[in-house]
Amino acid sequence: MTERRPAAAPNGKRATTAPVVPAARGQAPADEGLRFTTLPPKELKELNAKLGWSLNDVELEAIRAHFKKAGREPSRGEVETIAQTWSEHCKHKTFNGPVRYSDGKKSRVFRSLFAETIVKATKELSSPWCLSVFKDNAGIVQFGKGGRWALAVKVETHNHPCAVEPYGGAETGIGGVIRDVLGAGLGAKPVLNTDTFCLARPDYSGELPEGALHPVRTLRGVVAGVRDYGNRMGIPTAGGGLWFDDDYRLNPLVFCGTVGILPTWAVRKEVKPGDLIVAVGGPTGRDGLHGATFSSTTMDGETDRAAVQIGHPLNEKRVLDALMVARDRRLYRGVTDCGAGGFSSAIGELARDCGARVELEKAPLKCSDLEPWEIWLSEAQERMVLAVPPKSYPELERLFHAEGTGCSVLGEFTKTGRLVVTHKGARVADLDMGFLHDGMPRVERRAVWTEGSKPKRGPCGARGGPAVRGRLGSILTRMLAHLNVCSREWVIRQYDHEVQAGTVIKPLQGQRHDGPGDACVIWPVAATGDWEDRSGFAVGHGLNPSYGRVDPYWMALCCADEALRNLLCAGADISKASFLDNFCWASPEVPEQLGGLVRAALGCHDAAKGYGIPFISGKDSLYNQSRDEKGRELAIPGTLLITAVAPVPDITHSLTMDFKGPGNSLFLVGVTKDETGGSLLSQMEGCSGEVPKPDPKAAARSFKAVAEAISKKLVLSAHDLSDGGLGVALSEMAFSGEFGASIELDQILTSPAMLSDETILFSESPSRILLEVSPKDDLAVMRALKGVPARRIGSTTANPLIKVSGLDGSVVLETLLVELKAAWQKTLPELLK
Amino acid sequence: MMSSKPVLRGKRPKVLVLRAPGTNCDMETALAFKVVGGEPELVSISDFRAAKVRLMEFSIVAIPGGFSYGDDVAAGKILANQVKLYMKEIRNFVRLGRPVIGICNGFQALVKAGLLPFSGAAEQTASFTANDSGRFEARWVHLRLNTQSMCLWTQGLPEMIELPVAHGEGKLVLKSPRHLEELKKNKSIALQYVSDDGKLLGYPHNPNGSVFNIAGLTNPEGNCLGLMPHPERFTVRHHHPNWTRQTFMKEGIGLEMFRNAVKYCQS
Repeated sequence: MTERRPAAAPNGKRATTAPVVPAARGQAPADEGLRFTTLPPKELKELNAKLGWSLNDVELEAIRAHFKKAGREPSRGEVETIAQTWSEHCKHKTFNGPVRYSDGKKSRVFRSLFAETIVKATKELSSPWCLSVFKDNAGIVQFGKGGRWALAVKVETHNHPCAVEPYGGAETGIGGVIRDVLGAGLGAKPVLNTDTFCLARPDYSGELPEGALHPVRTLRGVVAGVRDYGNRMGIPTAGGGLWFDDDYRLNPLVFCGTVGILPTWAVRKEVKPGDLIVAVGGPTGRDGLHGATFSSTTMDGETDRAAVQIGHPLNEKRVLDALMVARDRRLYRGVTDCGAGGFSSAIGELARDCGARVELEKAPLKCSDLEPWEIWLSEAQERMVLAVPPKSYPELERLFHAEGTGCSVLGEFTKTGRLVVTHKGARVADLDMGFLHDGMPRVERRAVWTEGSKPKRGPCGARGGPAVRGRLGSILTRMLAHLNVCSREWVIRQYDHEVQAGTVIKPLQGQRHDGPGDACVIWPVAATGDWEDRSGFAVGHGLNPSYGRVDPYWMALCCADEALRNLLCAGADISKASFLDNFCWASPEVPEQLGGLVRAALGCHDAAKGYGIPFISGKDSLYNQSRDEKGRELAIPGTLLITAVAPVPDITHSLTMDFKGPGNSLFLVGVTKDETGGSLLSQMEGCSGEVPKPDPKAAARSFKAVAEAISKKLVLSAHDLSDGGLGVALSEMAFSGEFGASIELDQILTSPAMLSDETILFSESPSRILLEVSPKDDLAVMRALKGVPARRIGSTTANPLIKVSGLDGSVVLETLLVELKAAWQKTLPELLK
Repeated sequence: MMSSKPVLRGKRPKVLVLRAPGTNCDMETALAFKVVGGEPELVSISDFRAAKVRLMEFSIVAIPGGFSYGDDVAAGKILANQVKLYMKEIRNFVRLGRPVIGICNGFQALVKAGLLPFSGAAEQTASFTANDSGRFEARWVHLRLNTQSMCLWTQGLPEMIELPVAHGEGKLVLKSPRHLEELKKNKSIALQYVSDDGKLLGYPHNPNGSVFNIAGLTNPEGNCLGLMPHPERFTVRHHHPNWTRQTFMKEGIGLEMFRNAVKYCQS
């Protein structure tokens, strides 16, 4: 869903402007109207700022020209509708717009950044499992056997509201993305929620500007918001992540995702003229006006922090339950959710290809004193809009009323190509659909990327041999306790991750159900009702803003690589995976910021092409910057979350990451390089190195070989190497399974041949996976991995410790599992006591 | 004259799975009954309010988990009042020995409607309050079944089982200490939270701080069971968090509870 904007006009005053202008089409305007076409540019800009439209100069001029041509003044409702529709949030101007990019060596002009990177890759791949991409409220892909089912997948951000009011912001964030999935196709039943938060460290002790919340409060608030909404909706929250970086202290990021299941016949909407416009769900109030336009602004101390909506999950649950029955009785032909822009966006989208006539007085209200344009723009939660054939309406109404939720006719879809909105006969808006959706002028933005100057730090991993004995153990223990690695159990346990009885691979794994799983696997049996069908799906994530600080291009590739490995380690069929992208960036009006974003988009393109995986949906949240305590602009690090979803053809073949027994072989797939740039080691030790650089084509070959070994049931456990590299992955597998491990660093494939013990253990080279294999299957696994960089590096042990032999053959690390696990588990509980 | 004979459709007993706004474990609970030979039907409490359903046409009643009415006021409280008002026959249903189960929110509703632990009394003698941890928590727990109990739902199950819990308001409290003695005497304590070696220990083994580690209660006659853990979430072995481990061989024990009730109706 949407970026929410705290309410209406600043200082609480209603806009008062200029004289009433007679309507062009006979109806009197419902509001006092605006003196728009004749206003001097300076005053027009002031009005724009005062009423919070966030329109730029070129757009203001385009609107002026349009109404001059029409020979009348626009009403307030009309300009508000256009401002919402043209907002960064709804139109994604930056992503869809032209960009002139230069990286110092060469320059490139994109007519549309999005079309020429992410969409282009998806089009070229034309993957047969994609049923609907980039046009509906969610991406839709095939699911299960026999083509009966499809999955609708969406990930949204809700950043600005969570900075203002973490609990309400996270609630309405998860509530909104659930509605996106309910509004995908003819509605999908949500079967999984995910959440990922990027926050400042909970022990942040620096200054904060007035009004900013401490990160601990934000963390507690967003977790509670997702918990209370997701749990009450009866949707398992079983995937996601946490990332801590102090530059998120004024702009926390909250990503909420939902996967829903729908029958294939329900993938397409088809709105017909004459269909009734029906609003279902809660009543409309003066909640969060201007949510969409808010996403085009920087937050500061002046931001009104009082008006983020509080969600009401019970209302949304009523809508969900009634909607699914109505869908299966085929009582409606189209559906979409009310997100940013409220009715104006929902009806505007559904009526895009036909037209609509809306009578706002028919909308049920929370309070009677709403202005007509406020009814039209309100972002009150838990509402959806349906296109209903008149003969089906009585049955639909009975259904929603029996569930105890609202259902009312607001008007009808027409074939006029116009959006006509009235209130008690008076005109609120009468707009041409063509102008509304395609009339927005495009503004070229400038993007610059300069390779960061090499930091003045020594190279990582200089140490090796007996000199580092003891020291490696201490680094490993501190890594496990690091906020970006440590156990997330405190968060995960608060979410009902097993409701719907389909979570067959859980977020917490291992002997004591507390190890860090790579991806969850969902068997949506309660939704399909088909006990015999063992089809499931897995969802994994990739996120690492530290790499982005070095180069967002490689960050994008690393995110895609990690998300895929997460799926692979859970036993998913990644040859039919799909990606979703979520970009969170600072102002695209700053060329250096936009340059980073272009790099990341190029990375997404190359990842999709290289791994052969299409993007099916995505979202961007820009302007994530605020003025800090000294009045300086603090931008977040450019952040990309890649979510990957893939089928698990038989859930009984899925995998967990915990060691399963002693005496098993450990195979490391992939090459370990001197890649410590942006790594955990570099952050902890203050050193630097090359950022990890995946080779997607080579990685895809490795992944295919690993998938083959897994499908032959040769693999007992698998875990990807990410933050903290081999040392962390090995420890996690060991303490989760309660078996030790003994490995020899000289057995590991490295490039160049000579690396230090420290580098081998903590490098974050991508595309690597650690496999546990029964010794009787060693040969079979080696056959499956033929032609792929992989080596047997050691074995699991009954002795509960990690033992690492260095390149010179001496033992360089020997630490008890109980110590490693205690370090890994204590961090969050201690900070959140 | 009401019959105590269970109602069968073919050989399949009809199961009423009660829904209210906010119920969210209805689909998987219905599926569990279906898999073991029941004929589940999702029925909304509003259908009772509109007098559109007849309770006595069903053999089994299940009140599934969720957040009925958003758990506003207190968990299960509004649903309990609705049951008392619009499903008055439920008392008779229980008295006639027909199987009734309340899971999680359904357990809370049964207790608050005065149907458990003493279904005859119609007086509420127990309640639920916030977990001692102060948070909603989802985790798997070890449970010990009371092998002396008359409970038809747990007959023949092993003494030690595992099931998941997921709740924020699951701490069972009793109106007075003498009720605990009475519960023991009546063998009403059907399930208790224990450690993996069967001991009555505190958090996290007892996930909410319930008095005497009580996880589930039955009426003395044994046909009405309420429990906080979710048997419908352990119907195949792949539901267990450890099913991927070589040493793990258990089947989905939760399914056996549903099978017991269906078999009881069929016999």
